[in-house]
Amino acid sequence: MVNFLQHTFNGLVGGAFLALLALGLAVIFGMLRVVNFAHGAIYMLGAFGAYVLLTEVGLSFWWALLVMPLALALFGMAVERLLVARLARLDPLYNFLLTFGLTLILQDAVKSRYGVQSSPYDAPEILSGSVDLGAFDFPAYRVFVLVIAVAVCVGVWWLLSRTRVGMVVRAATERPELSTGLGIDVGRWVTPVFGFGIGLAGLAGVLAAPIRAVNPLMGADLIIVVFAVVVIGGLGSIFGSVAAGFAIGLVQAWVQALGEHWALLSQVLVFLVMAGVLLWRPAGLFGREEAPA
Amino acid sequence: MLRIHELSAWYGEAQVLRGVSLEIAAGEVVTLCGRNGAGKTTLLRCVMGLHQGQRGTVELDGRSLAGQPAHRRARAGLGWVPDDRGCYATLTVAETLSLPPVVGPSPWSLEQVYDAFPHLHARRNAPSTTLSGGEQQMLALARVLRMGARLLLCDEPTEGLSPLLVAQVGDILRQAKQHGVAVLLVEQNLHFATTVADRHHLLAEGRVVESLDNTEVAAREKDLLAYLGI
Repeated sequence: MVNFLQHTFNGLVGGAFLALLALGLAVIFGMLRVVNFAHGAIYMLGAFGAYVLLTEVGLSFWWALLVMPLALALFGMAVERLLVARLARLDPLYNFLLTFGLTLILQDAVKSRYGVQSSPYDAPEILSGSVDLGAFDFPAYRVFVLVIAVAVCVGVWWLLSRTRVGMVVRAATERPELSTGLGIDVGRWVTPVFGFGIGLAGLAGVLAAPIRAVNPLMGADLIIVVFAVVVIGGLGSIFGSVAAGFAIGLVQAWVQALGEHWALLSQVLVFLVMAGVLLWRPAGLFGREEAPA
Repeated sequence: MLRIHELSAWYGEAQVLRGVSLEIAAGEVVTLCGRNGAGKTTLLRCVMGLHQGQRGTVELDGRSLAGQPAHRRARAGLGWVPDDRGCYATLTVAETLSLPPVVGPSPWSLEQVYDAFPHLHARRNAPSTTLSGGEQQMLALARVLRMGARLLLCDEPTEGLSPLLVAQVGDILRQAKQHGVAVLLVEQNLHFATTVADRHHLLAEGRVVESLDNTEVAAREKDLLAYLGI
Protein backbone atom coordinates (compact mmCIF):
# COMPACT_ATOMS: atom_id res chain seq x y z
CA MET A 1 0.00 0.00 0.00
CA VAL A 2 2.78 2.36 0.97
CA ASN A 3 4.51 1.39 -2.23
CA PHE A 4 1.39 2.14 -4.22
CA LEU A 5 1.06 5.57 -2.60
CA GLN A 6 4.68 6.32 -3.40
CA HIS A 7 4.20 5.40 -7.04
CA THR A 8 1.05 7.47 -7.11
CA PHE A 9 2.94 10.46 -5.79
CA ASN A 10 5.70 9.93 -8.35
CA GLY A 11 3.06 9.76 -11.03
CA LEU A 12 1.58 13.03 -9.93
CA VAL A 13 5.00 14.69 -10.09
CA GLY A 14 5.61 13.29 -13.57
CA GLY A 15 2.11 14.36 -14.50
CA ALA A 16 2.84 17.86 -13.22
CA PHE A 17 5.40 18.38 -15.98
CA LEU A 18 3.05 16.97 -18.60
CA ALA A 19 0.24 19.18 -17.31
CA LEU A 20 2.33 22.39 -17.35
CA LEU A 21 3.55 21.70 -20.88
CA ALA A 22 0.13 20.59 -22.15
CA LEU A 23 -1.47 23.66 -20.58
CA GLY A 24 0.87 25.97 -22.50
CA LEU A 25 0.29 24.09 -25.74
CA ALA A 26 -3.49 24.20 -25.23
CA VAL A 27 -3.52 27.93 -24.49
CA ILE A 28 -1.45 28.63 -27.60
CA PHE A 29 -3.42 26.30 -29.83
CA GLY A 30 -6.72 27.72 -28.61
CA MET A 31 -5.82 31.29 -29.38
CA LEU A 32 -3.60 30.95 -32.46
CA ARG A 33 -4.56 27.56 -33.91
CA VAL A 34 -0.82 26.93 -33.97
CA VAL A 35 0.56 23.58 -32.85
CA ASN A 36 3.78 24.77 -31.27
CA PHE A 37 6.27 22.06 -32.03
CA ALA A 38 9.01 24.12 -30.37
CA HIS A 39 7.39 23.64 -26.96
CA GLY A 40 9.83 20.86 -26.04
CA ALA A 41 12.81 22.94 -27.09
CA ILE A 42 11.58 25.79 -24.89
CA TYR A 43 11.29 23.36 -21.97
CA MET A 44 14.88 22.32 -22.67
CA LEU A 45 15.97 25.98 -22.80
CA GLY A 46 14.32 26.53 -19.42
CA ALA A 47 16.36 23.74 -17.88
CA PHE A 48 19.56 24.69 -19.70
CA GLY A 49 19.04 28.33 -18.85
CA ALA A 50 18.91 27.42 -15.15
CA TYR A 51 22.13 25.42 -15.57
CA VAL A 52 23.90 28.23 -17.41
CA LEU A 53 22.70 30.87 -14.96
CA LEU A 54 24.12 28.82 -12.11
CA THR A 55 27.44 27.78 -13.63
CA GLU A 56 28.29 30.87 -15.68
CA VAL A 57 26.53 33.73 -13.93
CA GLY A 58 26.24 32.33 -10.44
CA LEU A 59 22.49 32.86 -10.11
CA SER A 60 20.69 30.37 -7.90
CA PHE A 61 17.75 28.10 -8.70
CA TRP A 62 15.36 30.68 -7.25
CA TRP A 63 16.59 33.35 -9.63
CA ALA A 64 16.33 30.91 -12.52
CA LEU A 65 12.76 30.11 -11.51
CA LEU A 66 11.95 33.80 -11.86
CA VAL A 67 14.19 34.83 -14.75
CA MET A 68 13.91 31.95 -17.22
CA PRO A 69 10.10 31.84 -17.63
CA LEU A 70 10.03 35.62 -18.09
CA ALA A 71 12.97 35.66 -20.52
CA LEU A 72 11.49 32.81 -22.55
CA ALA A 73 8.06 34.44 -22.55
CA LEU A 74 9.67 37.56 -24.04
CA PHE A 75 11.53 35.40 -26.54
CA GLY A 76 8.23 33.73 -27.43
CA MET A 77 6.51 37.08 -27.94
CA ALA A 78 9.32 38.18 -30.26
CA VAL A 79 9.04 34.92 -32.22
CA GLU A 80 5.28 35.40 -32.50
CA ARG A 81 5.60 38.98 -33.74
CA LEU A 82 8.49 38.38 -36.13
CA LEU A 83 7.68 34.91 -37.49
CA VAL A 84 4.47 33.21 -36.41
CA ALA A 85 2.26 36.22 -37.16
CA ARG A 86 3.53 36.39 -40.74
CA LEU A 87 2.36 32.85 -41.41
CA ALA A 88 -0.94 33.17 -39.55
CA ARG A 89 -3.01 33.65 -42.70
CA LEU A 90 -1.57 30.61 -44.42
CA ASP A 91 -2.24 26.92 -43.91
CA PRO A 92 -1.51 25.95 -40.24
CA LEU A 93 1.06 23.53 -41.63
CA TYR A 94 3.40 26.48 -42.27
CA ASN A 95 3.56 27.40 -38.61
CA PHE A 96 3.99 23.77 -37.69
CA LEU A 97 7.01 23.66 -40.01
CA LEU A 98 8.30 26.96 -38.63
CA THR A 99 8.19 25.77 -35.04
CA PHE A 100 9.66 22.42 -36.06
CA GLY A 101 12.56 24.22 -37.74
CA LEU A 102 12.95 26.42 -34.69
CA THR A 103 13.19 23.29 -32.55
CA LEU A 104 16.05 21.92 -34.64
CA ILE A 105 17.90 25.24 -34.55
CA LEU A 106 17.56 25.62 -30.79
CA GLN A 107 18.54 22.03 -30.07
CA ASP A 108 21.57 22.13 -32.33
CA ALA A 109 22.66 25.51 -31.03
CA VAL A 110 22.70 24.15 -27.48
CA LYS A 111 24.29 20.90 -28.65
CA SER A 112 27.15 22.68 -30.42
CA ARG A 113 27.97 24.69 -27.30
CA TYR A 114 27.40 22.14 -24.51
CA GLY A 115 27.49 18.75 -26.20
CA VAL A 116 24.92 16.00 -25.75
CA GLN A 117 25.98 14.85 -22.29
CA SER A 118 23.67 15.58 -19.43
CA SER A 119 24.72 18.43 -17.18
CA PRO A 120 24.27 17.99 -13.43
CA TYR A 121 22.05 20.45 -11.62
CA ASP A 122 21.34 20.20 -7.91
CA ALA A 123 18.12 21.09 -6.19
CA PRO A 124 18.49 24.07 -3.86
CA GLU A 125 19.78 23.20 -0.41
CA ILE A 126 16.54 23.98 1.41
CA LEU A 127 14.65 21.45 -0.76
CA SER A 128 17.31 18.74 -0.73
CA GLY A 129 15.83 16.77 2.19
CA SER A 130 12.65 14.83 2.38
CA VAL A 131 9.18 15.54 3.69
CA ASP A 132 7.26 13.22 5.99
CA LEU A 133 3.94 12.64 4.28
CA GLY A 134 2.62 10.38 7.01
CA ALA A 135 2.81 6.99 5.35
CA PHE A 136 6.20 7.61 3.77
CA ASP A 137 8.96 10.15 3.25
CA PHE A 138 9.08 11.91 -0.05
CA PRO A 139 11.86 14.07 -1.56
CA ALA A 140 11.10 17.68 -0.63
CA TYR A 141 11.96 18.94 -4.09
CA ARG A 142 9.37 16.73 -5.75
CA VAL A 143 6.73 17.90 -3.31
CA PHE A 144 7.72 21.45 -4.21
CA VAL A 145 7.35 20.72 -7.94
CA LEU A 146 3.89 19.30 -7.40
CA VAL A 147 2.78 22.25 -5.27
CA ILE A 148 4.04 24.78 -7.81
CA ALA A 149 2.46 22.95 -10.75
CA VAL A 150 -0.92 22.62 -9.04
CA ALA A 151 -0.79 26.26 -7.95
CA VAL A 152 0.00 27.40 -11.51
CA CYS A 153 -2.77 25.28 -13.00
CA VAL A 154 -5.30 26.57 -10.47
CA GLY A 155 -4.05 30.11 -11.06
CA VAL A 156 -4.49 29.81 -14.81
CA TRP A 157 -7.96 28.33 -14.31
CA TRP A 158 -8.88 31.24 -12.04
CA LEU A 159 -7.48 33.77 -14.50
CA LEU A 160 -9.40 32.27 -17.40
CA SER A 161 -12.70 31.62 -15.67
CA ARG A 162 -13.02 34.44 -13.16
CA THR A 163 -11.46 37.56 -14.66
CA ARG A 164 -12.47 39.89 -17.45
CA VAL A 165 -9.18 39.19 -19.23
CA GLY A 166 -9.93 35.48 -19.09
CA MET A 167 -13.42 36.03 -20.46
CA VAL A 168 -12.06 38.01 -23.39
CA VAL A 169 -9.43 35.35 -24.08
CA ARG A 170 -12.09 32.62 -23.96
CA ALA A 171 -14.30 34.55 -26.37
CA ALA A 172 -11.41 35.29 -28.71
CA THR A 173 -10.31 31.66 -28.56
CA GLU A 174 -13.70 30.16 -29.25
CA ARG A 175 -14.98 32.51 -31.94
CA PRO A 176 -12.35 35.02 -33.10
CA GLU A 177 -14.39 36.55 -35.90
CA LEU A 178 -17.56 36.97 -33.86
CA SER A 179 -15.52 38.52 -31.06
CA THR A 180 -13.93 41.14 -33.29
CA GLY A 181 -17.40 41.93 -34.64
CA LEU A 182 -18.42 42.63 -31.04
CA GLY A 183 -15.63 45.12 -30.49
CA ILE A 184 -12.92 42.84 -29.05
CA ASP A 185 -9.44 43.48 -30.40
CA VAL A 186 -8.55 39.81 -30.73
CA GLY A 187 -5.14 40.54 -32.27
CA ARG A 188 -4.06 42.36 -29.13
CA TRP A 189 -4.27 39.14 -27.10
CA VAL A 190 -2.43 36.86 -29.49
CA THR A 191 1.13 37.89 -28.63
CA PRO A 192 0.72 37.88 -24.82
CA VAL A 193 -1.07 34.52 -24.88
CA PHE A 194 1.69 33.01 -27.01
CA GLY A 195 4.31 34.42 -24.65
CA PHE A 196 2.39 33.09 -21.67
CA GLY A 197 2.24 29.55 -23.08
CA ILE A 198 5.96 29.68 -23.84
CA GLY A 199 6.68 30.99 -20.34
CA LEU A 200 4.87 27.96 -18.87
CA ALA A 201 7.11 25.64 -20.87
CA GLY A 202 10.13 27.56 -19.56
CA LEU A 203 8.86 27.19 -16.00
CA ALA A 204 8.45 23.44 -16.48
CA GLY A 205 12.02 23.32 -17.79
CA VAL A 206 13.50 25.10 -14.77
CA LEU A 207 11.53 22.82 -12.43
CA ALA A 208 12.81 19.80 -14.35
CA ALA A 209 16.50 20.75 -14.14
CA PRO A 210 17.22 19.20 -10.71
CA ILE A 211 15.39 15.90 -11.34
CA ARG A 212 15.65 15.26 -15.06
CA ALA A 213 18.78 14.87 -17.16
CA VAL A 214 19.61 18.34 -18.52
CA ASN A 215 20.62 17.81 -22.13
CA PRO A 216 19.73 19.29 -25.53
CA LEU A 217 17.30 16.50 -26.40
CA MET A 218 15.39 16.36 -23.10
CA GLY A 219 12.46 18.23 -24.64
CA ALA A 220 12.37 16.28 -27.89
CA ASP A 221 11.56 13.04 -26.06
CA LEU A 222 8.97 14.59 -23.80
CA ILE A 223 7.09 16.73 -26.30
CA ILE A 224 5.76 13.75 -28.25
CA VAL A 225 4.13 12.46 -25.08
CA VAL A 226 2.79 15.96 -24.37
CA PHE A 227 1.20 16.11 -27.82
CA ALA A 228 -0.54 12.83 -27.05
CA VAL A 229 -1.69 14.28 -23.72
CA VAL A 230 -3.15 17.33 -25.42
CA VAL A 231 -4.99 15.17 -27.94
CA ILE A 232 -6.36 12.95 -25.15
CA GLY A 233 -7.56 15.98 -23.19
CA GLY A 234 -9.10 17.57 -26.27
CA LEU A 235 -7.22 20.03 -28.50
CA GLY A 236 -7.53 23.51 -27.07
CA SER A 237 -9.30 22.39 -23.89
CA ILE A 238 -7.47 23.94 -20.94
CA PHE A 239 -9.07 21.73 -18.33
CA GLY A 240 -8.73 18.65 -20.50
CA SER A 241 -5.00 19.08 -21.07
CA VAL A 242 -4.25 19.54 -17.36
CA ALA A 243 -6.44 16.62 -16.30
CA ALA A 244 -4.98 14.39 -19.02
CA GLY A 245 -1.45 15.44 -18.02
CA PHE A 246 -1.87 14.30 -14.44
CA ALA A 247 -3.82 11.20 -15.48
CA ILE A 248 -1.14 10.04 -17.93
CA GLY A 249 1.57 10.72 -15.34
CA LEU A 250 -0.28 8.51 -12.87
CA VAL A 251 -0.93 5.67 -15.31
CA GLN A 252 2.69 5.70 -16.47
CA ALA A 253 3.96 5.49 -12.89
CA TRP A 254 1.60 2.66 -12.00
CA VAL A 255 2.59 0.59 -15.01
CA GLN A 256 6.26 1.23 -14.35
CA ALA A 257 5.73 0.00 -10.80
CA LEU A 258 4.71 -3.40 -12.12
CA GLY A 259 8.33 -4.18 -12.89
CA GLU A 260 11.16 -3.69 -15.32
CA HIS A 261 9.74 -5.62 -18.25
CA TRP A 262 6.70 -3.31 -18.16
CA ALA A 263 8.90 -0.28 -18.89
CA LEU A 264 8.34 -0.52 -22.61
CA LEU A 265 4.59 -0.65 -22.13
CA SER A 266 4.67 2.45 -19.94
CA GLN A 267 6.34 4.29 -22.81
CA VAL A 268 3.85 3.31 -25.49
CA LEU A 269 0.89 3.33 -23.13
CA VAL A 270 0.14 7.00 -23.67
CA PHE A 271 -0.22 6.41 -27.40
CA LEU A 272 -2.46 3.40 -26.86
CA VAL A 273 -4.64 5.53 -24.59
CA MET A 274 -4.65 8.26 -27.23
CA ALA A 275 -5.75 5.84 -29.96
CA GLY A 276 -8.46 4.48 -27.69
CA VAL A 277 -9.74 7.92 -26.74
CA LEU A 278 -9.78 9.05 -30.37
CA LEU A 279 -11.83 6.02 -31.38
CA TRP A 280 -14.27 6.69 -28.58
CA ARG A 281 -14.34 10.50 -28.63
CA PRO A 282 -12.70 11.96 -31.75
CA ALA A 283 -12.48 15.45 -30.19
CA GLY A 284 -10.71 14.19 -27.06
CA LEU A 285 -12.10 13.74 -23.56
CA PHE A 286 -12.95 17.40 -22.95
CA GLY A 287 -12.78 18.73 -26.50
CA ARG A 288 -15.71 20.09 -28.42
CA GLU A 289 -16.33 19.17 -32.02
CA GLU A 290 -15.52 22.13 -34.21
CA ALA A 291 -18.75 23.72 -35.39
CA PRO A 292 -19.12 23.30 -39.14
CA ALA A 293 -18.03 26.50 -40.84
CA MET B 1 -25.76 57.96 -40.49
CA LEU B 2 -24.70 55.03 -42.70
CA ARG B 3 -23.97 55.49 -46.36
CA ILE B 4 -23.07 52.59 -48.62
CA HIS B 5 -21.94 53.53 -52.10
CA GLU B 6 -21.27 51.20 -55.03
CA LEU B 7 -20.38 48.30 -52.78
CA SER B 8 -19.18 45.16 -54.54
CA ALA B 9 -17.95 42.00 -52.92
CA TRP B 10 -16.49 38.70 -54.01
CA TYR B 11 -16.01 35.19 -52.65
CA GLY B 12 -12.91 34.25 -54.54
CA GLU B 13 -13.91 34.59 -58.19
CA ALA B 14 -17.64 34.72 -57.55
CA GLN B 15 -19.11 38.19 -57.28
CA VAL B 16 -21.89 38.35 -54.67
CA LEU B 17 -22.53 42.12 -54.47
CA ARG B 18 -22.63 44.32 -57.59
CA GLY B 19 -22.54 47.99 -56.78
CA VAL B 20 -25.04 48.27 -53.94
CA SER B 21 -25.81 51.80 -52.72
CA LEU B 22 -28.08 52.69 -49.82
CA GLU B 23 -28.36 55.13 -46.94
CA ILE B 24 -29.81 54.97 -43.46
CA ALA B 25 -30.49 57.98 -41.26
CA ALA B 26 -30.53 58.02 -37.46
CA GLY B 27 -33.81 56.63 -36.14
CA GLU B 28 -34.55 54.91 -39.42
CA VAL B 29 -35.21 51.22 -39.93
CA VAL B 30 -34.37 49.86 -43.37
CA THR B 31 -34.84 46.28 -44.46
CA LEU B 32 -32.98 44.18 -46.96
CA CYS B 33 -35.14 41.46 -48.48
CA GLY B 34 -34.15 38.87 -51.00
CA ARG B 35 -33.85 35.19 -51.59
CA ASN B 36 -31.15 33.10 -50.01
CA GLY B 37 -27.86 33.82 -51.69
CA ALA B 38 -28.88 37.31 -52.79
CA GLY B 39 -25.99 38.79 -50.79
CA LYS B 40 -27.81 40.11 -47.71
CA THR B 41 -25.55 38.56 -45.10
CA THR B 42 -22.47 39.46 -47.14
CA LEU B 43 -23.61 43.08 -47.18
CA LEU B 44 -23.82 43.17 -43.38
CA ARG B 45 -20.43 41.51 -43.12
CA CYS B 46 -18.94 44.11 -45.47
CA VAL B 47 -20.33 46.89 -43.29
CA MET B 48 -18.81 45.20 -40.23
CA GLY B 49 -15.47 44.88 -42.04
CA LEU B 50 -15.49 41.10 -41.75
CA HIS B 51 -15.48 40.34 -45.45
CA GLN B 52 -12.22 40.20 -47.39
CA GLY B 53 -12.52 41.16 -51.01
CA GLN B 54 -14.82 44.16 -51.25
CA ARG B 55 -14.80 47.41 -53.23
CA GLY B 56 -16.81 50.59 -52.79
CA THR B 57 -17.32 52.88 -49.83
CA VAL B 58 -18.99 52.47 -46.47
CA GLU B 59 -19.30 55.67 -44.45
CA LEU B 60 -20.45 56.13 -40.88
CA ASP B 61 -21.37 59.74 -39.96
CA GLY B 62 -19.63 60.89 -43.13
CA ARG B 63 -16.34 59.18 -42.33
CA SER B 64 -15.12 56.29 -44.43
CA LEU B 65 -14.70 53.00 -42.62
CA ALA B 66 -12.19 51.75 -45.20
CA GLY B 67 -9.28 49.94 -43.60
CA GLN B 68 -10.93 49.92 -40.16
CA PRO B 69 -10.86 46.47 -38.57
CA ALA B 70 -14.15 45.05 -37.30
CA HIS B 71 -13.48 45.73 -33.62
CA ARG B 72 -12.98 49.46 -34.35
CA ARG B 73 -16.21 49.57 -36.34
CA ALA B 74 -18.04 47.97 -33.41
CA ARG B 75 -16.51 50.56 -31.12
CA ALA B 76 -17.63 53.30 -33.49
CA GLY B 77 -21.21 52.24 -32.75
CA LEU B 78 -22.09 49.30 -34.98
CA GLY B 79 -24.04 46.54 -33.24
CA TRP B 80 -23.88 43.22 -35.07
CA VAL B 81 -26.60 40.61 -34.58
CA PRO B 82 -25.18 37.74 -36.65
CA ASP B 83 -27.36 35.24 -38.47
CA ASP B 84 -26.10 32.36 -36.30
CA ARG B 85 -26.95 34.36 -33.14
CA GLY B 86 -23.37 34.54 -32.02
CA CYS B 87 -23.36 32.50 -28.83
CA TYR B 88 -20.39 31.02 -27.00
CA ALA B 89 -20.06 27.57 -25.42
CA THR B 90 -17.36 28.87 -23.07
CA LEU B 91 -19.19 32.01 -21.92
CA THR B 92 -22.25 32.18 -19.71
CA VAL B 93 -25.27 34.26 -20.68
CA ALA B 94 -24.19 37.00 -18.27
CA GLU B 95 -20.65 36.97 -19.68
CA THR B 96 -21.93 37.04 -23.26
CA LEU B 97 -23.94 40.14 -22.38
CA SER B 98 -21.04 41.94 -20.75
CA LEU B 99 -18.37 40.86 -23.25
CA PRO B 100 -18.64 43.73 -25.76
CA PRO B 101 -17.57 47.21 -24.72
CA VAL B 102 -20.11 49.98 -24.26
CA VAL B 103 -19.88 52.01 -27.46
CA GLY B 104 -22.79 54.45 -27.46
CA PRO B 105 -24.30 57.20 -25.36
CA SER B 106 -27.33 55.28 -24.07
CA PRO B 107 -26.49 51.66 -23.33
CA TRP B 108 -29.02 49.44 -21.61
CA SER B 109 -28.08 48.42 -18.10
CA LEU B 110 -27.97 44.76 -17.16
CA GLU B 111 -31.11 45.34 -15.05
CA GLN B 112 -32.96 46.73 -18.07
CA VAL B 113 -31.92 43.72 -20.13
CA TYR B 114 -33.08 41.27 -17.47
CA ASP B 115 -36.36 43.17 -17.00
CA ALA B 116 -37.05 42.97 -20.73
CA PHE B 117 -35.86 39.37 -21.05
CA PRO B 118 -36.65 37.47 -17.84
CA HIS B 119 -35.62 34.22 -19.55
CA LEU B 120 -32.08 35.49 -19.88
CA HIS B 121 -32.03 36.32 -16.17
CA ALA B 122 -33.19 32.82 -15.28
CA ARG B 123 -30.44 31.29 -17.42
CA ARG B 124 -27.76 33.89 -16.71
CA ASN B 125 -25.20 31.35 -15.43
CA ALA B 126 -25.70 28.81 -18.21
CA PRO B 127 -23.36 28.61 -21.21
CA SER B 128 -24.99 30.78 -23.85
CA THR B 129 -25.06 28.00 -26.48
CA THR B 130 -27.36 25.96 -24.20
CA LEU B 131 -30.19 28.48 -24.62
CA SER B 132 -33.10 27.70 -26.91
CA GLY B 133 -33.04 29.23 -30.39
CA GLY B 134 -35.45 31.98 -29.37
CA GLU B 135 -33.49 32.78 -26.23
CA GLN B 136 -30.25 32.93 -28.23
CA GLN B 137 -31.87 35.41 -30.57
CA MET B 138 -32.95 37.54 -27.62
CA LEU B 139 -29.45 37.33 -26.20
CA ALA B 140 -27.89 38.54 -29.46
CA LEU B 141 -30.28 41.45 -29.57
CA ALA B 142 -29.92 42.28 -25.87
CA ARG B 143 -26.14 42.27 -26.28
CA VAL B 144 -26.07 45.05 -28.88
CA LEU B 145 -28.58 47.08 -26.83
CA ARG B 146 -26.24 46.77 -23.87
CA MET B 147 -23.42 48.08 -26.07
CA GLY B 148 -25.54 51.14 -26.75
CA ALA B 149 -24.84 50.65 -30.46
CA ARG B 150 -26.16 53.48 -32.67
CA LEU B 151 -26.65 51.34 -35.75
CA LEU B 152 -27.90 47.78 -35.45
CA LEU B 153 -27.07 45.30 -38.19
CA CYS B 154 -29.65 42.58 -37.62
CA ASP B 155 -29.41 39.41 -39.68
CA GLU B 156 -32.85 37.75 -39.65
CA PRO B 157 -33.58 38.37 -35.96
CA THR B 158 -37.04 36.80 -36.18
CA GLU B 159 -36.02 33.60 -37.93
CA GLY B 160 -37.48 30.60 -36.15
CA LEU B 161 -39.15 32.65 -33.40
CA SER B 162 -42.68 32.12 -32.12
CA PRO B 163 -45.19 34.89 -33.02
CA LEU B 164 -45.04 36.14 -29.43
CA LEU B 165 -41.27 36.57 -29.58
CA VAL B 166 -41.47 38.13 -33.05
CA ALA B 167 -43.80 40.74 -31.59
CA GLN B 168 -41.34 41.38 -28.78
CA VAL B 169 -38.47 41.83 -31.23
CA GLY B 170 -40.68 44.31 -33.07
CA ASP B 171 -41.36 46.25 -29.85
CA ILE B 172 -37.68 46.40 -29.08
CA LEU B 173 -36.68 47.60 -32.54
CA ARG B 174 -39.40 50.29 -32.51
CA GLN B 175 -38.27 51.38 -29.06
CA ALA B 176 -34.65 51.58 -30.24
CA LYS B 177 -35.78 53.56 -33.28
CA GLN B 178 -37.52 56.09 -31.02
CA HIS B 179 -34.21 56.62 -29.27
CA GLY B 180 -32.58 57.50 -32.57
CA VAL B 181 -30.97 54.11 -33.19
CA ALA B 182 -30.74 53.18 -36.87
CA VAL B 183 -31.37 49.59 -37.95
CA LEU B 184 -30.35 47.72 -41.07
CA LEU B 185 -32.57 44.67 -40.96
CA VAL B 186 -32.17 41.56 -43.07
CA GLU B 187 -35.65 40.08 -43.08
CA GLN B 188 -37.66 37.46 -44.96
CA ASN B 189 -40.84 38.12 -43.01
CA LEU B 190 -42.49 40.93 -45.00
CA HIS B 191 -45.37 41.40 -42.54
CA PHE B 192 -42.95 41.91 -39.72
CA ALA B 193 -40.77 44.16 -41.87
CA THR B 194 -43.63 46.56 -42.60
CA THR B 195 -44.44 46.86 -38.88
CA VAL B 196 -40.98 48.10 -37.94
CA ALA B 197 -39.27 49.47 -41.05
CA ASP B 198 -39.57 52.72 -42.97
CA ARG B 199 -38.13 51.56 -46.25
CA HIS B 200 -37.34 48.26 -47.93
CA HIS B 201 -34.70 47.28 -50.44
CA LEU B 202 -35.11 44.21 -52.56
CA LEU B 203 -31.80 42.55 -53.25
CA ALA B 204 -31.34 40.13 -56.13
CA GLU B 205 -28.13 38.70 -57.51
CA GLY B 206 -26.09 41.25 -55.63
CA ARG B 207 -28.03 44.32 -56.79
CA VAL B 208 -30.74 46.48 -55.23
CA VAL B 209 -33.49 45.84 -57.77
CA GLU B 210 -36.27 47.77 -56.04
CA SER B 211 -36.68 50.20 -53.20
CA LEU B 212 -40.14 50.41 -51.66
CA ASP B 213 -41.95 52.12 -48.81
CA ASN B 214 -44.53 50.42 -46.58
CA THR B 215 -47.57 51.28 -48.72
CA GLU B 216 -45.87 49.95 -51.83
CA VAL B 217 -44.99 46.73 -50.04
CA ALA B 218 -48.58 46.36 -48.82
CA ALA B 219 -49.94 46.98 -52.32
CA ARG B 220 -47.65 44.44 -53.96
CA GLU B 221 -47.40 41.91 -51.20
CA LYS B 222 -48.52 38.89 -53.24
CA ASP B 223 -46.13 39.81 -55.96
CA LEU B 224 -43.21 40.17 -53.58
CA LEU B 225 -43.92 37.00 -51.64
CA ALA B 226 -43.97 35.08 -54.87
CA TYR B 227 -40.71 36.71 -55.83
CA LEU B 228 -39.08 35.83 -52.51
CA GLY B 229 -40.28 32.27 -52.98
CA ILE B 230 -42.12 32.13 -49.68
